[in-house]
Parts: sequence; structure tokens; C-alpha cells
Amino acid sequence: MSAPGRSTPPTLALVNVSKSFGAVRALQGVTLELHAGEVHALAGENGAGKSTVVKTFAGVHRPDAGEVRVDGEPVTFNGPADAQAAGVAVIYQEPTLFPDLSVAENIFMGRQPRAGLGRIDRRTVHAETAKLFERLGVALDPQQPARGLSIADQQVVEIAKAISRDARVLIMDEPTAALTGQEVARLFNVTRTLREQGCAILFISHRLEEIFEICQRVTTLRDGTYIGTDPVADLTADDLVRRMVGRDLDALYPKQDVTPGEVALKVSRLTREGAFTDISFQVRRGEIVALAGLVGAGRSEVARAIFGVDRWDAGDVEVAGKKLPPGSPTAAMSAGLALVPEDRRQQGLVMDMSIERNMGLTQLRSLRKETARGPLISRKVERSRAADWALRLQLKYARLSDTVGVLSGGNQQKVVLAKWLATEPTVLIVDEPTRGIDVGTKAEVHRLLSELAAQDLAVLMISSDLPEVIGMADRVLVMHEGRLTAEIARADATEESVMAAATGRAGTGKAA
Amino acid sequence: MTTDTKSAPRGLALGRLLRWETAVTALLVIVFAGGAGFSPDFANTDNLSFALGDLSEIALIALPMTLLVVCGQVDLSVASVLGLCSALTGKMWDNGMAIETIIPIVLVVGVVCGLVNGLLVTRLGLPSLAVTIGTMTLYRGLAYVVLGTGAISEFPTQYTNMATESIPGTPIPYPIALFAVLAVITAVVLHATGVGRSLFAIGSQEDAAYFAGIRVKRLKLILFVVSGLVAGFAGIVYTLRYGSARADNGLGLELTVIAAVLLGGIDFDGGKGTLGGVIAAVLLIGLLRNLLMLNDVSTEVQSIVTGLLLIISVLTPRLIAVVREAQGRRRGARPAVPAAAP
Repeated sequence: MSAPGRSTPPTLALVNVSKSFGAVRALQGVTLELHAGEVHALAGENGAGKSTVVKTFAGVHRPDAGEVRVDGEPVTFNGPADAQAAGVAVIYQEPTLFPDLSVAENIFMGRQPRAGLGRIDRRTVHAETAKLFERLGVALDPQQPARGLSIADQQVVEIAKAISRDARVLIMDEPTAALTGQEVARLFNVTRTLREQGCAILFISHRLEEIFEICQRVTTLRDGTYIGTDPVADLTADDLVRRMVGRDLDALYPKQDVTPGEVALKVSRLTREGAFTDISFQVRRGEIVALAGLVGAGRSEVARAIFGVDRWDAGDVEVAGKKLPPGSPTAAMSAGLALVPEDRRQQGLVMDMSIERNMGLTQLRSLRKETARGPLISRKVERSRAADWALRLQLKYARLSDTVGVLSGGNQQKVVLAKWLATEPTVLIVDEPTRGIDVGTKAEVHRLLSELAAQDLAVLMISSDLPEVIGMADRVLVMHEGRLTAEIARADATEESVMAAATGRAGTGKAA
Repeated sequence: MTTDTKSAPRGLALGRLLRWETAVTALLVIVFAGGAGFSPDFANTDNLSFALGDLSEIALIALPMTLLVVCGQVDLSVASVLGLCSALTGKMWDNGMAIETIIPIVLVVGVVCGLVNGLLVTRLGLPSLAVTIGTMTLYRGLAYVVLGTGAISEFPTQYTNMATESIPGTPIPYPIALFAVLAVITAVVLHATGVGRSLFAIGSQEDAAYFAGIRVKRLKLILFVVSGLVAGFAGIVYTLRYGSARADNGLGLELTVIAAVLLGGIDFDGGKGTLGGVIAAVLLIGLLRNLLMLNDVSTEVQSIVTGLLLIISVLTPRLIAVVREAQGRRRGARPAVPAAAP
């Protein structure tokens, strides 16, 4: 209907917004205007402040300075309910529906139309849902239970829910990260339909080609600062990357060239039913091998199985020539494996424990041996080891006895790394090593991984961050729906070639 | 019991707990001093010795219970294991077996009871609260199968004396002396070894402990077995101390034990607390019960007091947390936590 005309005020806007979390400045002077009838891209690297913008729009965060405006009027969102009331809806990457309720019941959760005696009027619920789906141009059965829906369908349900609440602004936070090519196309059709109906849409994606396909304007952030807003038609992909990165990419990805040594990790025909099938690959000493793919492709599951956290159903894992028993992290550890897991707060660290004790947790045995005090742990040894590692990884902390929870995300990740490097592993598996970490620390982690590889460590790196995969890996393995679909050499690895294999389009490298 | 060593400063959370522990100890001293004024029969050696002896089973069972709660588990079946083992002791004695033969058999039964709990929790992944509520009823039922509603008494005095008398020249009853030895061992294990560190890690964040290569299931299984073993042993002590084996011996005792553990500052969600606090809490409960008894307060009121202590011990830390948050204060005292028991 209405083009992004400047005569009418934007439906939703941030004006000169700044926001800090403790010492970390997340946003500084950010202005972002969403007009009715436009799809607006928000571009920036991980840690650039995109999610802070989303959370500010969603009413989760309040700006320290600057304004949020709805239809040109300054407003204060005191919580997500306020934002919802103003017509703002956020569609997350992985929606959370009630699995045992039907699609229609999910959409009308909490405001079901009533029939007599306060009963829920199912017929109306289903009819209304069917109407919504028709409006969005999708074919979903309103009576189907939400359990078993693909992520793409769940997103559509979330969008329908938002529309049924008369949302005027849709914020889509990396909605395509877990979708296949076809699903993306359908999502874009829905998005276009909504745009034509006058919605303002904020679209976030790491895939530049998507921004160029669906968006009219793009706002770029870098390290929390506002870089600019441009019509997409005026930019090339290279322009956009330059705006996002704004620095020498080599400094962020300081991968040294190495000559790989002998095979450290050998995975043969590894299968875990329902998670991944027939995975075979090797990692040599001195190599960084990336395992790329979309969320849900089964990458973390492979890592968990190799490390023994999950059992595998068939296949073999060998570390330095020794076969591992399935399902034993303890055996994997003594064979020289280390896993820096995906979920730092749940799996990587004991948040209530001190920095030094977290670091010592993988070495309870050696802390004992060194002391010659029988089974007792030497706190002195524990502390001096922790201090050594803190120094080596340039950990920023007040006291080693502080609980690890007070550290920033990046420093927490350093503690996890220290905890595992202290076991002197042969093979280090890192799962999303820099997710949610600021750019500076990210570069440090990359430098560390590069150094470790140069010192003959074999590194298997799972990452959804394509520039990281391409910048750091000697080889890229790509998974799609539980299978390895491609192995791409460093020279041939581009965002396009990795993404093509990850989305199941024809693999550009040779099959593994 | 709360010595302060400046060489080993701790994190905020532990500093806060130590204060909790200190508060329990202070309360213990106050009750002791107040009790002396309250009742003339209180502060004499005979009565205190009796009060200590009366705590035997609670104190013994509280040790493995502390370890269990620290690692996020609980064993509600302990009093039923005690009852079952008491009934078995009586039954076998009635059938003419020697006490020397009975004791090992009963201890094995305790171990098996703990093993069943542990396997259900670790192999089937069931929550320990649900499992041990089930086995609590099961084991008590078995106790009635063994002995019915009757009682067996007239145990040989050489053994009943062991359970009731004090070490010559001291006011310390034999079971409490054993408790003291076990308490020191437990404290060392919990606060100075890798096993103890692992238990805290499991209680705080089981996933992270598992990912760090800690054998979570094995440790839990061992704890349940130890809990069963100690509860079985407590069944023998109970039987000999009262000179009476009954299927309903120790009914409801698990709640007093858990009250002591929580009052001692062990977080019911796991991962926090010290054994020193539990020992202080056990003694505090013992003194309170003794005082109430000396003043002819009915057992109903005694259980009301235990219940209130339990609620207060769970409620107070939350209140403190709320107040602290309101004040927005970040720094607390950070003294060390003791590793040794009295």
C-alpha cells in the first residue's frame, strides 16, 4: 500500500538511543526508523548490538538515552506487554509453541473466544486461524498439534499469532538461520504479503543475499554504534560488508598456515539415530577443521557423541589411534579430547563456583597427585594454576575466588577454554566458540585457536558464523540434515559455497 | 568450628553462607546458655550426655544426607530403612541368631535398600524425591511384613550398653563418638577432596559437571548406597538404644534429619553449604528437643518446633537475599569456610 514515504512518521523508531550494560556499551546513538510498508534490514556482525535493538523494540530493555517512538510519539515500554500493546511482535529464530496444543490453540492462547459456560469456542478458533493462514497465503492445518511442525511452520504460526493480535511491526530475528531454501522462499512470500498489507518489518539475517532480496533499506551497526541507513538498491554486497566490518578482516581471523601432522581424531561412519548418519572425517594435528551447517543440522550432536556425552549407535571414534568407548566423557578426556560446549552457562561452567574452581574442575585428579597429600586437593596448586591460565588468556577478573557468573561472556568463555586447555588435550572441539562475545575478545579467541593449532593441537570448530568459518578453518566440513554434504578446502571456501552445501543445494566441494 | 583463615578468601556466595553457619552456631550457644537458666536439670553432664545420645540416629544419618542434598538429591527413605533394619534385627534375634551374625546381614540389607534407590535414580533418571517417597512406603511396609505390629525386646545388655553408655571418663556416648569420627571424615571428603568438589559441581549444575568428565551417576549411586548403609546401621543403634525392635521405629525421623541439613545452611537446590553448619544444626535441634522434654512439652509441640525450624531455615536465606537485593549491596565479608568438624 504505502511506500516508505517520509511524509508520515515512522511506525516504530529508535532515535539516538544509547544503552550500556555495566561497563559494556551495547548501543550508542542508534537511530532506526521502521516505516509502514517496508522491510528494513538490520545488519552487523555478532556483538554489533542487533539483539539489543530487538530487545529495546520488544520492551525488554529500556534505553539509557534517546527515545523509542511509535507513530512519531515518544513512548516508554515498561515491559514486553507494553510493546505488544503498541503492536510490536517479535518472531524469534526458534519459536516456542506449546507442543501439545493445536496450531489454532497456540495462536489464540490466553484470549480464546468463549462459547456458553466459559468453554473455549473451538469452531471459531479454527475458523479464525484458517482465515489468518489464507491471508498469509500458507497451507497449514489449524487443528494439527504444534508438536512435529518444522521450525519454518512454527515461525509461520508465530507470525499468524502476531497478525491476529493486530501487530503493525514485525521483528524477525534471524528467522532464516534454520530454514531450507524452499522454506526461506515461502517465508519471504509471507513477508511480502504482510508488507503489502502495511506492516513495518525489521529483518535480521547473516545472509547478505537475503537482505538484497527482500529488504528496501538497511541500517548498519558496528560495535554498538550507528553506521548509517541506506536504500538497499544503492549498495553492493561488498559495500555492506565494509560497513559491517569496518576493519581489516585479517586481524579478526589471524589464521596461520600450518602443515598438518598425523591424524589426531578419526571419526568413522558415526551414526546416532534421529540426530546424524554416517559421519566420517579426520582432523590432523595442527589443523583447524570447521564443521558448518544450519542450526539443527546435527553438528553439536556429533560433537556431543564424539566426546561421549551422548551415546552413538554405530561407528567408531579414534583419538590418536585409540578407539573410544561410546558414552563416556571420562574416557574421552583421558584419551586427550576436550569439548568447549555450545551452552556456556549450562554446560561449560558451574555458574555459582569461583573462577579457580571452575578451571580446576577438569583436573581434580591431577590437583590431587601433585600434592602428595593423599586424596586431598591442594588449593594452593589450584590457585596458582588458575592464575597462570588467567594470565596466559588475558582474563579480566577481580579475584580468582569470585564466582564465574560476574565475568562478561567473553571472559567466561576464556575460563571454559582454560579449564579444557589445562587438561593438555590432543583434540580440542569448540562449539560456537565466539557466540555472544564482543568483537575484541572474539579476535583474541581466534588468535588463541590459531596459536594452539600451530602448537600441534587438532581443533574441530563448530560455528554458525560464516566469516569465522571461512577466516579460521583449514578445511570446512558441511552438514545438512544430519549428514556430511561437503568438504571444502580453505582455498575454495566462500560464504556461497558453504551456504549452498548447508542448505542442501548441490555441494560445490567433493563429498566427504 | 568456624575458624577464620585469611589465606583462603572465598567468593561472595560462600561468605554469605558462612554467616548463616555462624548464626546457627550463635543460636546454639544462646539456646545452651538460655537453657541453663530455663531448667535446672539442663546443664549437667548426665542430661547433656543423654541429649547427645538421643541424637545418635539423626546425627549419623545427617552425614550422608548432607552429601546427598549438596549434590541436589534427597533420600526420604532413611527412616524406613532404619525401621526395616530394626525389625530385621529383632526378628533374627528372636529366631536365636547371634548379634555378631545379625549386624552384617542387616548392614547388607541397608546397602541393598540404598542400591535400589540409587539405581532407580541413576539408571532410570527418576527424581530422587519421587523415588524415595515410594521406597519410604515400600521399606516401611516390608518392616511390617517382617515383624507385624509386635515388638521384640530383651536384647543382651552387653550390646544395649554399647548403644547407651558413654566412653568411660567422658560424657560422650559411644554412638556419638562414632559420629564424631565419621563427621570428620565426611567433612574432609566434602570440603577438601575431588569427590567433594564434584558433589558441589553436580548440585550446582549437573550438566556442566557431566561435561567436565565427572562421573555423575556413579557418585550419586555411591551416595545412595552409603545413605542406606548408615540408615541400616542407625536401625541397629536405635534398636539397641531403646532395647526394642518395632516396625514403626524411627517413624518420621527423615524429616528431622532434613530439617537439620537445611537449618545447617545446605541449599535444598544443591551446590551450597558446609558440613560444619549441619553439625551445629543437629546439636541445636538436640538441645531444643531436650529443653522441651525437660519442660514436659508434649511430643506434638516438639514436632511443631521442628517444623517451624525447617520453614525458617528455608525462608530466611530468601528473605536475606531479598533484603540484600533491595539494598543493592555487592560486598559481604569473605572469610573462609572451615573444613573441619568439632
